[in-house]
Amino acid sequence: MIHGGTSHRARRGLADRSPRARLPIAATIALVLAITLPLTVANGQLRSGYDDAGPQTRAMQDDDTANPAFLWVRQGQTQWSTPTGTSQKSCASCHGEAESSMTGVAARYPTYDAAYRRPITLDERIEQCRVLRQGAAAEDSESDSRLSLSAYVGLQSRGMPIRIDVPPTARPHLDAGKAFFNLRQGQLNLSCAQCHDQLAGQRLGGSTIPQGHANGYPEYRLEWQGMGSLYRRLRNCLNGVRAEPLPPESAELGDLIYFLAWRGQGLRVETPAVRP
Amino acid sequence: MRRIDPRRTFPRRKSVLALLLVGLATLPARAATDRLDTPLTAQPAEPLAGRRVVLDRALSACLLCHTGPFPAPHLHGSIGPDLTDVGARLDPGQLRLRLVSSARLNPETVMPSYYATQGLNRVGNPWREQTILTAQQIEDVVAYLSGLRPR
Ligand code: HEC
Ligand code: HEC
Repeated sequence: MIHGGTSHRARRGLADRSPRARLPIAATIALVLAITLPLTVANGQLRSGYDDAGPQTRAMQDDDTANPAFLWVRQGQTQWSTPTGTSQKSCASCHGEAESSMTGVAARYPTYDAAYRRPITLDERIEQCRVLRQGAAAEDSESDSRLSLSAYVGLQSRGMPIRIDVPPTARPHLDAGKAFFNLRQGQLNLSCAQCHDQLAGQRLGGSTIPQGHANGYPEYRLEWQGMGSLYRRLRNCLNGVRAEPLPPESAELGDLIYFLAWRGQGLRVETPAVRP
Repeated sequence: MRRIDPRRTFPRRKSVLALLLVGLATLPARAATDRLDTPLTAQPAEPLAGRRVVLDRALSACLLCHTGPFPAPHLHGSIGPDLTDVGARLDPGQLRLRLVSSARLNPETVMPSYYATQGLNRVGNPWREQTILTAQQIEDVVAYLSGLRPR
């Protein structure tokens, strides 16, 4: 769904050749590319985690009836128009039909919030609406209820290219996020950039290291056998290098997520994605 | 095999050349920095215990990056060099340095320093002030890797 026609054709062209013919050609191409073109995010060679997932995982994401995340989407759809909290208002009371009012929203988040003076994520915005406007109780970021609303709202932007606005006041936040991304950390002393820029495409144990984009969240991970937020994913990566966790909604985490979205601009929203 | 950030190939090539020249001029000095000959413990090392450490991915993470003569090859990484014949390429002193601190040979290496607590950022609470492996585990792994030779 997110490939251009050319890449499909190019891939099929290679597959038509015998394996013996394919190898030297592929090796030559890889060599030429390695010499001439650094295949890095910095160079605009963006790959979604979808491109690094196996065919079965991709097929699950491509078919809404096979994508387990749609259990959460359906719950989110119900929640959208269910009055809740002390206000007894629903999301629909203020926003009307999500299919029209929420189109494109996920493609421009996180966004700099002048009142909060920091970038805020879509998930935080939704939680703000729930707590401040609906008068509902705060919920954990991994609760089914939050994941469901996030998935349903995110779905309304599926297929739209991500574009992040960075007003001058937000620049320091982007820079801080980038610095965190490049910081070697944890007992294993690895930075996000070492894995997701430098080693993307290599195998870490049994997994292919993706470029580490956030364009599919919340998403269904086969490894989790469930739905999870971007916070959960980042917790996993930080724990993997034996680093200190970042508390959800901490300033550092917000800046990091802002940078991640900015770095993945041009990719399309895939919410709710399926990953290994 | 070493992963080179393609953006840095040119400066790296120049510095490799420079290193080679300096290295040729000062051979004995260079050799001294390529190795750690003194064992970290007085205890005898056990190659089989070392193999268990290498295979234990939660403990050592070696197989997240390396391939070698280990079960379940589909679960091994492609990041570091293959370890099949590493004992023929590197002697115990060289292996010890690479385990204790690969960063001393290559500051940008992704291979963790297995016997270091300095120069790290944001280490999580359970691991703070602790080396990844104990001195004895390092010696056991060195003994195990030394035995990995072509059959
Ligand atoms: C040691 C390697 C490593 C480091 C360091 C690392 N990651 Fe990851 N990351 C991975 C791997 C491997 C996966 C994919 C796991 C899978 O597919 O099962 C991943 C997945 C991700 C994803 C999800 C991509 C998707 O398509 O769903 C994001 C986002 C991410 N990482 C961001 C980060 C950030 C931010 C940091 C630093 C705070 C970081 N990672 C540090 C290895 C790493
Ligand atoms: C995150 C990746 C990573 C992990 C984990 C890792 N290594 Fe490495 N290792 C590398 C890379 C990359 C190199 C290449 C040298 C360099 O980058 O400086 C290397 C080099 C080596 C070498 C030198 C090989 C040669 O032929 O020169 C040895 C020996 C070695 N590793 C053993 C181990 C052992 C044993 C463990 C676990 C206790 C381990 N490595 C864990 C990435 C890793």
